[in-house]
Amino acid sequence: MRLLPVTLLLLWLPIAHAVVENKDIMPSDFTSTEQKLRFKELIKDLRCTVCQNQNLADSHASLAIDLRHQILEMMQKGKSDQEIMDFLVARYGDFVLYNPPFKQSTYLLWAIPFVALFFALWLLVRLIMKRQQQQPSPAGANNQALADALRNAGQSTPEDKHKK
Amino acid sequence: MKRTLIPLMVFVVLAGFLFAGLSLNPRNLPSPLVGKTIPQFHLTQLKNTEASFSNADLAGKVTLVNAWASWCITCRQEHELLMTVIKKNEVPIYGINYKDERADAMAYLQQLGDPYVMNGHDLNGRAGIEWGIIATPESFVVDKRGIIRYKVNGAITIETWTKTIEPLIAQLNKEPG
Repeated sequence: MRLLPVTLLLLWLPIAHAVVENKDIMPSDFTSTEQKLRFKELIKDLRCTVCQNQNLADSHASLAIDLRHQILEMMQKGKSDQEIMDFLVARYGDFVLYNPPFKQSTYLLWAIPFVALFFALWLLVRLIMKRQQQQPSPAGANNQALADALRNAGQSTPEDKHKK
Repeated sequence: MKRTLIPLMVFVVLAGFLFAGLSLNPRNLPSPLVGKTIPQFHLTQLKNTEASFSNADLAGKVTLVNAWASWCITCRQEHELLMTVIKKNEVPIYGINYKDERADAMAYLQQLGDPYVMNGHDLNGRAGIEWGIIATPESFVVDKRGIIRYKVNGAITIETWTKTIEPLIAQLNKEPG
């Protein structure tokens, strides 16, 4: 029976191997340090559409490797960052960008944090103003109670001045 | 009374959003290619290495373009459906054999049957990038003018075929070329 898992694993091998290998980008593929830095910056902001919570820089997915090659090739052809991003957006949609653009379908996405912040600030200001209107303040009342208790115990507090 | 209801309302709204989120499939990304002309691509054919498969082959007729690979398990499931629907002669199916070894792909078609008019051999996945393919299988319904009208991510189910693709093909066949 112990052979079963081993056999299953062995069965997996040809399948795993069948995926066409594609060599990843090597440091020697870059023509300059500047190009390398630009490449690294660019792939940080692009999403791997296969493993959706990883960016193109981190992913080892076959598609991510292909896209890295595509991007480097486009850079070497003199394409700008914007042109490369437009190329990817045209094929995979805005989802490929970690920084979604501001447009009709993303109004809410961008607006909600600011709306929530203003709402919270408004609540806070209202609360503070309400507190200030309440006279005497609850804090003063508590101090008075404390002063009474202390006086009963034979001690004095600044509140005793008003009593005289 | 009113004050105590506010957290409850916030909770209900949040729970509503989260519940709706449960049934959303993050893999089902809308393709920006729907409504656009098919991308430029040029591949050698799978069976005949002398011949090519490119945009020109899809011109002037309603077609189904299916991206597949022999290493793709879901493609095998979908393959059964493709073999069934091809008998109805509703739409010619063109294949993009994605990141596959030629010999493996040929063996797959030999074993399971070949529903395709022709296949392009996309060994390095470059045509796949042009078509915005994320994971096989993916299928595109292309109209007579070469515009992508519908896209399926993952295997086409019988339900999708009968309820969406079949009526769409019938409609597109009526449109002028």
